[in-house]
Amino acid sequence: MSTEPGPVFVERRTYRRRRLVDAARLLPVLGVALICLPLLWISDTGTTTSTTYAMIYFFGLWVALVVVTGLLAKYLKEGTDLRAEDDNGSSSGPPGEA
Amino acid sequence: MPTLNMLVLVCLLYVVLLFLVAFAADRAALRGRGKWLRSPIVYTLSLSIYCTAWTFYGAVGFAARSGLEFVTIYLGPTLVMIGWWWVLRKMVRVGQAQRITSIADLISSRYGKSNTLAVFVTLLAVVGTTPYIALQLQSVTLSFAAFAETGPDTAQAMSRQATAFWLALGLALFTILFGTRNLDANERHHGVVMAIALEAVVKLFALLAVGVFVVWGLAGGVSETLARIDASEIAEWNVSGSRWIGLTALSAAAFLCLPRMFQVMVVENENEDHLRTAAWAFPAYLMLMSLFVVPIAAVGLDLLPKSTNPDLFVLSLPLAEGREGLAILSFLGGFSSATSMVIVAAIALSTMVSNHIVMPIWLNMTGGNAVISGDVRQVALLARRLSIAGIVFLGYLYFQISGGGTALAKIGLVSFAGVAQFLPAMIGGLFWRGATRTGALAGLLIGSVVWLYSLFLPSFGASMVLSEDIMQNGLLGLSWLRPQALFGAEGMDPLVHAVMWSMLLNTSGFILFSLLSFPKPIERLQGAQFVNVYDHSPTTGGWTGGLAQTEDLLIMAQRIMGGSQAQSFFARAAERQGIGGYLPEPSPDFLQALERELSGSVGGAAAHAMVGQIVGGASVSVEDLMAVADETAQIMEYSNRLEAKSTELTRTARQLREANEKLTQLSRQKDAFLSQVSHELRTPMTSIRAFSEILRDSDALKPAESSKYASVIHDEAIRLTRLLDDLLDLSVLESGQVSLNVQTGTLGDLLDRAAASAAGGSGDLEIRRKRGDEDIVLSTDLDRLAQVFINLIANARKYCDANKPSLTISTRVAGDTLLVDFIDNGTGIPTDKQGVIFEKFSRIGDTKAGGAGLGLAICREIMARLGGQVTYLPGQGGAAFRVILPLQERLAAQ
Repeated sequence: MSTEPGPVFVERRTYRRRRLVDAARLLPVLGVALICLPLLWISDTGTTTSTTYAMIYFFGLWVALVVVTGLLAKYLKEGTDLRAEDDNGSSSGPPGEA
Repeated sequence: MPTLNMLVLVCLLYVVLLFLVAFAADRAALRGRGKWLRSPIVYTLSLSIYCTAWTFYGAVGFAARSGLEFVTIYLGPTLVMIGWWWVLRKMVRVGQAQRITSIADLISSRYGKSNTLAVFVTLLAVVGTTPYIALQLQSVTLSFAAFAETGPDTAQAMSRQATAFWLALGLALFTILFGTRNLDANERHHGVVMAIALEAVVKLFALLAVGVFVVWGLAGGVSETLARIDASEIAEWNVSGSRWIGLTALSAAAFLCLPRMFQVMVVENENEDHLRTAAWAFPAYLMLMSLFVVPIAAVGLDLLPKSTNPDLFVLSLPLAEGREGLAILSFLGGFSSATSMVIVAAIALSTMVSNHIVMPIWLNMTGGNAVISGDVRQVALLARRLSIAGIVFLGYLYFQISGGGTALAKIGLVSFAGVAQFLPAMIGGLFWRGATRTGALAGLLIGSVVWLYSLFLPSFGASMVLSEDIMQNGLLGLSWLRPQALFGAEGMDPLVHAVMWSMLLNTSGFILFSLLSFPKPIERLQGAQFVNVYDHSPTTGGWTGGLAQTEDLLIMAQRIMGGSQAQSFFARAAERQGIGGYLPEPSPDFLQALERELSGSVGGAAAHAMVGQIVGGASVSVEDLMAVADETAQIMEYSNRLEAKSTELTRTARQLREANEKLTQLSRQKDAFLSQVSHELRTPMTSIRAFSEILRDSDALKPAESSKYASVIHDEAIRLTRLLDDLLDLSVLESGQVSLNVQTGTLGDLLDRAAASAAGGSGDLEIRRKRGDEDIVLSTDLDRLAQVFINLIANARKYCDANKPSLTISTRVAGDTLLVDFIDNGTGIPTDKQGVIFEKFSRIGDTKAGGAGLGLAICREIMARLGGQVTYLPGQGGAAFRVILPLQERLAAQ
């Protein structure tokens, strides 16, 4: 709601934390892209990919997503209190150089 | 081989275990020792009710039919969980801030606490969940049947209907016992959540055990298993792109919208921070649940006879290999998946049904008076219990009607598509302040109708509900209304087709009607609180009462919560305030806590209304406030308009006053002039008469005298004639009947002529000119223009009161116009007279030179005829006139 602009330069910790939130927001976008990627393997030329290959890809992707989400969640806890986190600051705040 | 009796015994033992766990958890929570009950791990495990018997059995069947496609059902929720920062965090925060008790409550609260919306969402949720409950009954029935087929004594086999019936009855009883044991604030059920967490462990363990057995026991290792998959029917990675994306999106939407998921995810959530753990732990759980699905499917296809139902591979593989213990474990896994889903779904739906349908009707029927009504608590509990029984019975009924023939996964997806219709209204409500109640209703209505027509009704099978004719030729014979080829979208997968159209039309309707409608004040207030939930304080609508009768509150609370519970609640509150006894001060904190407590029994809206009734005038509803604010705004706008009008009136009045002043002045001038004219006419007349009488009566006049008198008469007559000529000239000019005589000449010559003509009489006026500027060729009526110049120069001569009068004539060309300024060095014309000097008969002061006051009026008329004008130029140190003439000939009088 508040339209007053935040400070352009923020503490290094706050800056890091905001970028961490950005990463947490973008991770599902990356996930969507990677989940749809194997659709490109299906071609009309007759060459096919095996299910086992796709399986290994998907479970590998799954593990990777779990690990990255876990790490992000862990570091998001450190630093500031989640409840005190203000959405404005992280989404529309100008990216300041620390 | 395990007998069916043994199987039933195992089931009963397992249910007893669940009872004990739920009971112990409830007890622990009641004593306040239940901290560990609310750990993030328990929260994560409780989310696993997403994995129902459909997952447990159906996923393998799904994989056996279409390979890896089953994984979309888990990838959707995975995406939602890893994107928790976007949606889930906000949902949970809103849920806690607004005391949300169900998804219907969320949507209705967002759109101005609309009960219509709540009822609609509740009905759609019931319709959408019923097939899902039927699905659970079916899977347990099938698994019983699988045991019966392999058993030695098939005579023992119970009929399917009987199995389903007893199962439904048992589940309804368990749910009623634990789901409605206590009407807690916030709708939290510690016992049930604990039992579900246990079931989550059981089903994961069972599926992993079967998987390990299949991979290392039957196939002989990982590489052998992979080789077997490569050799099976599902070896090729060959999925349809539209189904892949459609199913992933659908499962993600359903994960957010399923009433039971909302119950465990938002309502049962104790601490927002638990999401941080669930964000990675739940995807990991899903990953483990689906890890062995493809291997089991491939090995099952390989080893088991073709007639085996692939939905039951998880069960039939251990049975076929003679592993009874593993088979029973696997059976328990499926059983627990089914039971946990039915329990939570029934709790979630019964909350919605009783809070949004039964309680409003009951309160309405009893007049809505909280104080004199009967025991609300009993009514609420009864409503809950009946709703649970009704919902489970509906599931049973659907199972009977559909005959249990269709593949498991299909029913599940139909249900998913139904509840996914909540998504636009919910997400729109959380992120878009412009979303309105009308929009939400329109979207839901359109989406659910499309879903019903294109997916739900056809799911009963051909010609069950929709006739073959409608399926083939469309409703009313309109081919673009065919249920599975709407608007000519032929050849699509029926599910993707229905999901696409319903979501597309739902979202469009939602947005369009939101844009077109105007929200009520309370909708806008709620919208702001939902969308900007991070900016607002975590609680809403605080009571500011101080006048409430605590005793009345206690009487009411006793009726709703039960005597002892209400008394201990009041006593605790009193103790916290440092007061003995049962009656605490009605502080806002206490009232708010009480309202929360009551809302668990009768729903948030009713609790608010009841407390409001007793607290009385101490609290004004938001709606009242908004209405007052609206009125004030209207009054302010009205007064603004009045003010604007009155300013305008003042302005008009001032203009009128000015005009009146001018008129009065003119009238005075005219009077003055008339007397002047009479005087002017009279003076020469008098002398003409006197001299003519002398000439007539005196005979002894010398010729010189008589000639002198005659010339006086002559002069006076000329003066009279000139006066009359001027008047005539002016009247001709004004009536526009003058004809111009256009000639060409230079400005310099013209000014020379004018200066010479005006030079008669006392010649002490010095005229300063810049002849270099005056070499301009004019093509106009030069005689008339000269008349103007003569007049101006003569005026300066007559009226300039300087000691050494001088007149400066400066010439300038500005664009297409010629500017000639006549500036003298006298005192000029007073400001109050400047407005009237060009009027007829106007003369300034008592003039020493007796002009008739027509000169400048004539000048103005002439200039107007010539297409230019003559104006007074203030601020030049003396009287200054400017003659403006267009250089190009534009003569107005032609």
